[in-house]
Amino acid sequence: MLSRKLTAALVALTSAGLVAGAAWAGPGVKYGSPISEADVAALDIDIRTTDGAGLPPGKGSVAEGAKIFAEQCLDCHGEKAAGGSVFGPMVGGVGSFLTDKRKLTPGSMYPYAPILFDYMKRAMPMTAPQSLSDNEVYALSAYILNLNGLVKDDAVMDAKSLAAVEMPNKNGFLVDSRPDTKADRCMSDCKPIKE
Amino acid sequence: MGRRKEDLDESKRSSGIQPVEEGRRSFLKGSLMLAGAAAAGGSAGLASVAQAGSLAIPESNKSMGREIEPKAYGMPSKYEAHVTRNRTDVFVNKQHWSDWSMTPLQHQKGIITPNGLFYERHHAGTPDINPEQHTLVVHGMVKQPLKFSMDDLMRYPSMSKFYFMECSGNGLTDWKTVKSTTVQQTHGLLGCAQWTGVPLSWLLDEAGLADGAKWVLLEGADGSAHLRSIPIEKCMDDVMIVWGMNGEMLRPENGYPLRAFIPGWEGNVCVKWLRRIKVGDKPWNARSETARYTDPMPEGKWRQFSFVMECKSVITSPSGGMKIPGPGRVEIEGFAWSGNGTIKAVDVTFDGGKTWREAKLEDPVLDKCLTRFRYSWDWDGGPAKIASRAVDSTGYVQPTVADIDKVRAITGFVQHHNGVFPWSVSSSGEVANAIA
Repeated sequence: MLSRKLTAALVALTSAGLVAGAAWAGPGVKYGSPISEADVAALDIDIRTTDGAGLPPGKGSVAEGAKIFAEQCLDCHGEKAAGGSVFGPMVGGVGSFLTDKRKLTPGSMYPYAPILFDYMKRAMPMTAPQSLSDNEVYALSAYILNLNGLVKDDAVMDAKSLAAVEMPNKNGFLVDSRPDTKADRCMSDCKPIKE
Repeated sequence: MGRRKEDLDESKRSSGIQPVEEGRRSFLKGSLMLAGAAAAGGSAGLASVAQAGSLAIPESNKSMGREIEPKAYGMPSKYEAHVTRNRTDVFVNKQHWSDWSMTPLQHQKGIITPNGLFYERHHAGTPDINPEQHTLVVHGMVKQPLKFSMDDLMRYPSMSKFYFMECSGNGLTDWKTVKSTTVQQTHGLLGCAQWTGVPLSWLLDEAGLADGAKWVLLEGADGSAHLRSIPIEKCMDDVMIVWGMNGEMLRPENGYPLRAFIPGWEGNVCVKWLRRIKVGDKPWNARSETARYTDPMPEGKWRQFSFVMECKSVITSPSGGMKIPGPGRVEIEGFAWSGNGTIKAVDVTFDGGKTWREAKLEDPVLDKCLTRFRYSWDWDGGPAKIASRAVDSTGYVQPTVADIDKVRAITGFVQHHNGVFPWSVSSSGEVANAIA
């Protein structure tokens, strides 16, 4: 029979989720090949958007962004990013979160401006992702931010200025603290489902 | 539709619960329905017995069947052509690359979702990746960055685990208004499979975590280079890097040749076409973890990193769009699951939640896996409202939408709908979405 102490230790392990880890004790073999960070450089496109870590050298202006937008983005996103044939508006919406019609745009929703760079660099334009140069992505970031009234008409975005843009929804996020509901397992004389 | 004549005749003869929109039913349900009616003392069962001499020797007894092909990938019977994974047709997107398709849960015969019917969610379509050219890299806050070919990965001792996977957006069209008809439309961003691969912790241990490593970025090789930040504790616990799904290699639309699998967490963190793992000290706060996959909360706030798919259940038979042929025994069936553990109990109601009765759970009841439940209901033929409610091993009880509404803001593109889902049954036996 297990001692009480051992049982308690096992229970603690189980609840900490460590038993699965223990069952998966190392394979005793290593098959990875060593590489250097330099080998990964072309793939290493992620930006830590809270502080802009990973933003590359380069820059782009609102005016340059407007030109690139007309060539690369307008067909789907519409004139001045007001919504187009495929996607909805990317402007407006600030203040809408306090209503029951929340309007999600980069201006209203993104808590950190470098999200624009990270997302456009990796995923846009949809027909040719990862085809835009860093300068083009900075310029498009400047243009979208300008359309949202968050940077001036003569703004130039680079690693430093993009990370410094204050976004309206900066403090809009809470971290998960579920379970947030406390339903009872009522079996009779219960409140109907929809009340 | 091109349905064959004998198929239509067969469905005309049926007496079981029918998906009305498809004009189909299952043999099993048909026979159970007859047995129930007879046992209940009704004359309907006897009246349904075939007349003498009407049961002829079937043509298939009198001919050779198809010969075995030298090599082939087997397909379902042509009479099952109506069982399909359907692109979302309630919330309709204007393009079909960042889009989703839904599992036909009303047709699923056990806890496992067949690979060809498993729901899809992509952000830039399905790439076709040559496994011989696919490389996984592990870098960032590690002592030694590493790369792995598919052959490298498949040399490790592998393990297989049964787990459900559910999209955080499952149910997003049907919170407070009735939009969907079938359970495929209301709950079809759900599937369950046996996943085969290796623990992520092995690869991270091999690279060696640097001091201060707290978060892990997973990134895909698709046209969206989809990425998510995952806490290191989960990565070192039960996260898998998988290539196998239900006994075969992943299908392209499910991440071939390699994906992450994060048990119990929302589907989009299980990054498909996995090509890069980067270790860091903070989350990246990408678009996919701020502007998307976040929950609207009161006072204009949003909740992020809400990874776990909490305890949930739904009745799949009878469900929306089906018809119960008449009063008598109805076998209630459905699925329950929890991202926090195993299913402890499922209760069912027939009066809209005023009274509940405990359903039977079918073995196996596995951690973070679909669990089947059933209840034999004697329907009196009157209007009814049926629903299921699951309880998991943490003691958490599946809430109603009203319970959720008290603590979150249900507005717009709402994620993580695990509310009790009622179906109405009319006196003529028609089953319909009754969420509102």
